[in-house]
Amino acid sequence: MDARIGIRNTKSILFKGLIVFLAFVITLPLIVVLLYIIKQGIFQVNWHFLTHVPAPVGETGGGISNALVGSLIIVLMSSVVAIPVGILSGIYLSENPHTKLAYYSGLCVDILQGVPSIVVGIVVYFWIVKPLGTFSAISGSIALAIMMLPIVIRSTEQTLRLLPPSLKEAALSLGVPYHRVILKVIVPCGFAGILSGIMLSIARIIGETAPLLFTAFGNPYLTTAITKPMETLPHLIYTYATSPYDDWHNLAWGASFILLMFVLILNIFTKLITRKWNIQL
Amino acid sequence: MEHTVVSANKFNAWFGDNHVVKDVSIGIEKNQVIAVMGPSGCGKTTFLRCINRMHELIPGATAKGSLKLYDDEVYTMNPIYVRYKIGMVFQRPNPFPNLSIYDNVIAGYKLNGLKVAKAEQDRIVEKSLTSAALWNEVKDSLHKKGTFLSGGQQQRLCIARAIAMEPEVILFDEPTSALDPISTSSVEQLFHELKENYTLIIVTHNMQQAARVSDKTAFFYMGELVEFDVTKKMFTAPSDVRTQNYITGRFS
Repeated sequence: MDARIGIRNTKSILFKGLIVFLAFVITLPLIVVLLYIIKQGIFQVNWHFLTHVPAPVGETGGGISNALVGSLIIVLMSSVVAIPVGILSGIYLSENPHTKLAYYSGLCVDILQGVPSIVVGIVVYFWIVKPLGTFSAISGSIALAIMMLPIVIRSTEQTLRLLPPSLKEAALSLGVPYHRVILKVIVPCGFAGILSGIMLSIARIIGETAPLLFTAFGNPYLTTAITKPMETLPHLIYTYATSPYDDWHNLAWGASFILLMFVLILNIFTKLITRKWNIQL
Repeated sequence: MEHTVVSANKFNAWFGDNHVVKDVSIGIEKNQVIAVMGPSGCGKTTFLRCINRMHELIPGATAKGSLKLYDDEVYTMNPIYVRYKIGMVFQRPNPFPNLSIYDNVIAGYKLNGLKVAKAEQDRIVEKSLTSAALWNEVKDSLHKKGTFLSGGQQQRLCIARAIAMEPEVILFDEPTSALDPISTSSVEQLFHELKENYTLIIVTHNMQQAARVSDKTAFFYMGELVEFDVTKKMFTAPSDVRTQNYITGRFS
């Protein structure tokens, strides 16, 4: 009996050791990549780097201000489009899970989530860039908004679906009309979950390059004109990393570092929000 | 019949094809405590939820027949108005988790967007919490979240929330089945005080509770209202053999 328990304990320990080891092996490449980006990028970043546009070939210095501003504007515009639509669709899906419309739109959301980002770029190119006759920040924002939508929709839907039905009944039994039940009770109670979905979707699109290649296109100058081509961080990294000049490579590393920090901060923020504002049901 | 608050006449309710409330006729008088008892699945909760039109919120649920609040047909009134007039307390306490105790009590006004002056709000909150025998326990923590209270306190908070709307009738759907014995007795005590101002209809699984708290008792069985009479008579000399069998524990 004792011997058998001994064997079982050993097996248990071996198994535990194995999963810890595998988890470590899986995490290792990620950590190496992160450390490498930090090592290559951190010394590029200074005030000059953040406030100047890229220098022409042959000149030293130069920064990424055009891409920082561009990314900010484009992500903001995408959010303005995708967040309200995403939340409303998410509410619909969680409120009416058994209707035909919900089934098909749920299916579309899943497919949309799987569409390669470059395809989204091509579609927006044909829908918006070609008719308007120019690359523009608007078209880039729309491409990114399409990338954001499924994440916002699904996270809203799943958050709201977890709320107990008794909550809705409590409000309805007080004579509260349906739209106010949703807006004043259901959405506020799921706020933390919805917000974290939004944050994650922003973290996801801020690094997208492919949909911007033939929409926002890129621009070596600082601009805020949304009907004109605009530079973004991932596109700047793409352009400068594939160039043959060392100076430009350094610029790309610096931009990668900034992008990484952005995503990291968004993720930490999301974690904090879900912990702080999570409502005890 | 001028004191009849809620009356049903040949009232029926269905879930899809499932006929759960069959030809129920009943007249409920003002300022009384009515217990509705019966075995599981007898339709008592469904009947209760028809009175404030919560039944129809379940997909596939339908109802037919006459159900009146005073002289008005409930099923032709605006359901929102019906629910103003007929409050409800649920099986499990369900305070709004995002609101403070204060805001939970006043929720019926706030969520409906009814403008009430601050002083009037304070008055309503104090009065409702006092009526729900909760004021002394929470008066110093009105702005804490309602979900920090114990189960029994939460249930009394839900009662206060219903009272705040000044309804005619308050429906209770097995209000103590999720509570411990001490909380249960405090809620039961409340029923005696509340009937001064309101008419209470209480669905309960618990026969002792029905006997303790109610003036009249209705016994539902297989969707039918078998017997409706003064509680004392129901428990001592029921006129229907099914009631007798139920009370003596021959089925449950």
